[in-house]
Amino acid sequence: MADEPGKLTRRELIARGVRGAGLLCAAGGLGALVTRGQAENLVWQIDPKKCIACGKCATECVLNPSAVKCVHEHEICGYCELCFGYYVDQRLDDQETAENRRCPTDAIRRAPVEDPYYQYIIEEDKCIGCALCVEGCQQFGNGSLIMQVRHDRCLNCNQCAIASACPADAFRRVPASDPYLLRLKKQGNA
Amino acid sequence: MNSLPLLVTALLAAPRHLLAEEQFNFPPPEFSRPYVFPDTPTPAPRPEWLGVADVVVLAVALALAAYFGLRTRSRRHLVVLTGFSLLYFGFYKKGCVCAVGAVQNVAMALGPEQYALPLVVGLFFILPLVFALFWGRAFCSSVCPLGAVQELVLLRPLKVPVWLNSALALLPALYLGLGVLFAAAGSTFIICRYDPFVQVFRFGGGTLMVFIGIAVILLSVVVGRPYCRYACPYGFLLGLLSPFSREKVRITTGDCINCHLCADACPYGAIQPPTPAPQYLPRAAERKRLGLLIALLPVLVIVGGGLVRLASPLLARADYRVRLAAQVWQEEQGKLTDPTDETEAFAKRGVPTSDAYVAALQVHRRYATGSWFLGGWLGLVLGLRLVSGSVRRHRSIYQINQSACVVCGRCYHYCPLDRQRGLSLTDAPQEDQS
Ligand code: SF4
Ligand code: SF4
Ligand code: SF4
Ligand code: SF4
Ligand code: SF4
Repeated sequence: MADEPGKLTRRELIARGVRGAGLLCAAGGLGALVTRGQAENLVWQIDPKKCIACGKCATECVLNPSAVKCVHEHEICGYCELCFGYYVDQRLDDQETAENRRCPTDAIRRAPVEDPYYQYIIEEDKCIGCALCVEGCQQFGNGSLIMQVRHDRCLNCNQCAIASACPADAFRRVPASDPYLLRLKKQGNA
Repeated sequence: MNSLPLLVTALLAAPRHLLAEEQFNFPPPEFSRPYVFPDTPTPAPRPEWLGVADVVVLAVALALAAYFGLRTRSRRHLVVLTGFSLLYFGFYKKGCVCAVGAVQNVAMALGPEQYALPLVVGLFFILPLVFALFWGRAFCSSVCPLGAVQELVLLRPLKVPVWLNSALALLPALYLGLGVLFAAAGSTFIICRYDPFVQVFRFGGGTLMVFIGIAVILLSVVVGRPYCRYACPYGFLLGLLSPFSREKVRITTGDCINCHLCADACPYGAIQPPTPAPQYLPRAAERKRLGLLIALLPVLVIVGGGLVRLASPLLARADYRVRLAAQVWQEEQGKLTDPTDETEAFAKRGVPTSDAYVAALQVHRRYATGSWFLGGWLGLVLGLRLVSGSVRRHRSIYQINQSACVVCGRCYHYCPLDRQRGLSLTDAPQEDQS
């Protein structure tokens, strides 16, 4: 480095200029980030209005089992005796047997409330996010079973692998303070 | 149908809910006894302050990396820090978010998409760059989890021929350009999708990427940091800044005696040998060539821009909206008989098909502009490469190419002068592997 002293100073001068400019940019960028209101973290979530229950949520997630699971919005549910999320619709006559259940992992628990209403509860540890129940409920029911990213599991990948594969473009980034896109927005859940 | 009576009773019951605009097949029942709806569990994401803690860990790790690389000059310390970063940023944080991917978040925030850059992500992007302005590529050295994987598996480094090395070293500029374009257009984050190491941190992922990951790791055993050198877009940015850093990495703390030992020690081709004795003869011809190349620069930028602009419709297919519009169009034309999942989802939304076309057109416009930038960028990088290749730089001793050096610390103990001086005696015995 020491062979051409004249050049050295010129180089050092340029370097100082670049450093100064770089610091200014960094400070400016940082200032913009801090002063802006929304600097909050974003997380992935599924818009249930767009989801077509294609089943990719179970297979595309980097986690196995997937970070996406079925969620039941009980307030919308019809509490039907013949839940299309619970039973396969073609075999309604012979309904009580296990083959007629939709859920491959038996993650939906059914309990009578009062005649003729039944309550359906998702046992999340069993759910693999296959969306079969969601498909049934979407087609024939109220659409109270929806797919949602479960944030206790999700790694919040910078690019969600399911979002890249979702045929319905149903994934989007939402603020971490309001991380679910339920169909029924509850009051005070803003 | 068994459900018919049920349906009738259901229809007769009065809707009780606030979802006025939504139609339900079965209105929620009127229970005779008071009924409390079971909770819909909504577990919260990782708390924000943990993200801030990550930034603190990043800053401390960067400071340590700079300290170990430039002050204590200890390879052993650097390796320990590398191991820590691999565990923390790799296996604990599962590789997200990292500075490499954050490039895209920044690009998307600057692009037309409605996207506000989260503070933590912004800091992950900025901090390593600021460090590079002062202490070189401290981030690559022992903080980046991707670099850490490659650094730790490198056993038998082969020398990559200089010409091949400098040709391949242009690939990161291309990858960076594409990553920024796709992110700024709001299409996708390719740098994250094709990150070869993230499946290691997560013990799983798509089959293709697991395969690529294994291949890159095997390659890293014999080729020093192939991803860092020939792909990493962030490393390219750091390499642009590190030559201007205030403190530079040195092979030796003394005067080089041109023994050549260090150049053999560097697995990343970052040590440049002395140039042949200076010749004073054909200076004029050289000047002329340099002048020509500099004049060529704007031409390269414009030609590059124009060429990539031609490929813009192709690039735009990376966007979901463009692919969807193409399928909807084909379906309308009767060329697509079975609806795809995409068109089915679109139909379910019940909006006019023109919506899909308008959205796609908008994306195409973004790509039309963006592809000029991408092409211009590629032309610029190529041109500057040619210019810097033809500038005669005289070196009388072995010198580190600051832009390429990832401050791994391997060369330090190869300098016989430093060994003699006992400066690194504490570490030297461990460092006999090549
Ligand atoms: S991939 Fe998309 S459409 Fe398929 S189940 Fe998941 S959210 Fe629904
Ligand atoms: S089909 Fe849907 S709305 Fe009907 S009972 Fe089942 S979950 Fe509830
Ligand atoms: S059917 Fe699939 S998505 Fe629904 S509860 Fe069972 S595993 Fe979960
Ligand atoms: S962000 Fe990652 S972990 Fe979360 S749902 Fe998507 S792929 Fe799965
Ligand atoms: S510190 Fe830099 S020059 Fe030395 S061996 Fe490592 S990469 Fe090469």
